Amino acid sequence: MSLENIILISFGYFENELLEKVVNDVAREFSIPVKTREGHLDLSAFYEPTRRQYDGNRLLKAIDLGFATDTDKTLGLFNVDLFIPILTYIFGQAYLNGRCGIASLYRFSNERYGIKKDDKVFVDRFRKEVIHELGHTFGLIHCHNPVCVMHSSTYVEDIDQKGHQLCEKCKIQLENNKG
Amino acid sequence: MAKKISILIVDDEESVRDSLYNWFIEDGYRVESAENAKKALSMLESDNFDIILADIKMPGMDGLEMLKRIKALRKDSIVIVMTAFATVDTAVQALKDGAFDYVTKPFDPDDLSHLIRNASKQISLIEENEILKEKVVSLEDVENLIGNSEAMHRVLREIESVAQSNASVIITGESGTGKELVARAIHANSPRKFFPLISVHCGALTESLLESELFGHEKGAFTGAVYNRKGRFEMADSGTIFLDEIATIPPKMQVELLRVLESKSFVRVGGNKEITSDFRVICATNRDLKSMVEKGTFREDLFYRLNVVNINVPPLRERIEDIPLLVDYFIKKYCTSMNRPLITIDSSALKRLEGFPFPGNIRELENMIERAIVVGNGRKITLKDLPLGKAIVNTTVESLDDLEKNHILMMLSKYRWNISAAAKALGIDRVTLYNKIKKYNLKPAQR
Repeated sequence: MSLENIILISFGYFENELLEKVVNDVAREFSIPVKTREGHLDLSAFYEPTRRQYDGNRLLKAIDLGFATDTDKTLGLFNVDLFIPILTYIFGQAYLNGRCGIASLYRFSNERYGIKKDDKVFVDRFRKEVIHELGHTFGLIHCHNPVCVMHSSTYVEDIDQKGHQLCEKCKIQLENNKG
Repeated sequence: MAKKISILIVDDEESVRDSLYNWFIEDGYRVESAENAKKALSMLESDNFDIILADIKMPGMDGLEMLKRIKALRKDSIVIVMTAFATVDTAVQALKDGAFDYVTKPFDPDDLSHLIRNASKQISLIEENEILKEKVVSLEDVENLIGNSEAMHRVLREIESVAQSNASVIITGESGTGKELVARAIHANSPRKFFPLISVHCGALTESLLESELFGHEKGAFTGAVYNRKGRFEMADSGTIFLDEIATIPPKMQVELLRVLESKSFVRVGGNKEITSDFRVICATNRDLKSMVEKGTFREDLFYRLNVVNINVPPLRERIEDIPLLVDYFIKKYCTSMNRPLITIDSSALKRLEGFPFPGNIRELENMIERAIVVGNGRKITLKDLPLGKAIVNTTVESLDDLEKNHILMMLSKYRWNISAAAKALGIDRVTLYNKIKKYNLKPAQR
């Protein structure tokens, strides 16, 4: 079955301008048309009051069951704080070589860390995270190249250090995986 | 290529297992999970995991008990224990029981990455340590190849030319000539030198033991097989396997060995999983394999598979000019190991050694020097310290003709095939010596 589109589904309020800034980079990186649309989920069902965060594992499953298709790579976009049981927080996650992933922009703004607002940095972090999680859905694992977008990032500072493109090695791997 | 690290996650909570699984799989690790200690232990019996990440509080057997059992199964296992309820006591207990680290759930993503990176470094260090140990042993063994004779120079040249290839080698030579040292020298000079050299003394094992030794076995394959065990072929992956006394391998094992050499794959005794291993094979024997093939006691196809290159190690009587060097080497070796001041050897004692037939070859000379240092006066080795009246090792001489042949050959070597000098020393005329050389088909050592 050939791959048709990358679908970015936003849950909650997202400025159109933000999504537009990301779409072109995603399309260029994966050479696949990118579509955006809004999705609706009752996020309270995924809220964990003891941690005051949203369960990333259950959200990922919900995207897989309710929104993903076999002909597309689907990424659910959120603006809530995500966690998985073992970790204090995550920026996003995806099924490796699967059909979907999730990403949240909640932790990408400078203000959250007591630093002056910087829209450019904010968009840049979001763009990298979207490409990173989609990379996993195409079967790409974390890359040791520090400037590759598939390099693992556990802090926003790590995201700032890497580029928003795949390195040559990951590009070759991507083409092989796309078949 | 870097080895892919494998991780086993043991936790009764499915969400925790899934979370860790997804996290590590994105990092390129091989990941598997178990919902309880019993299943984890069963998985560890049939598979190797580099890192085990285990919850402490689980129904049934808890993480601390499992940790003890894993450590009993594999001492070097890296076990990281996790808990949602951290207490100093449990942390201390886990570390005392051999846990690599201890973490409290949930943890920061960066902590998790650091934890696994540190564990991976530890794995690399353990492996590097093993390789370096092996390398040191190999280098020592190359140093042990002592000799300045033409015969030894030929052996060294052959080692050098064959080491870089991947060809199978058969090393022939009498007992005690140093065939294993030659095998070690080939390995130490080969591109496989940073990987193990695994030795198997085929003659010392019964048929069933040899099979288990070479191919490994699964737990319960036979009485006493209480653990899974890697075989020597598996251990020699990326390195070299040295099969000493290859001529003693029974016919059934010869068939098995041929199959493994051709396919480089095998199944453990009692197992059903095909295991592949990339090894180079070096064999040694003091028997004439070709005549065994003619008699039908050694498989011809196996012989040709093994005998790509043949290196013949000369007996000591054909390189008597090396005896002073060897004596000097063994004196230094044993005085150092016995923590004694260096001693010398009396010239008359050395001369007698040069005239001794040494049916047990270098091993016999070595034993003789070691004994002389132990029983001697601590200043100089003299004739009375050397048991030259009889051979220490069983002689291979079977008849009077053999004795005559060996003695003539030894004298010829001593006088570098100067027929006149050798004949004079033997107390016979040159024509008689020529006739004896013809009779016994004697030839100088290959140059």
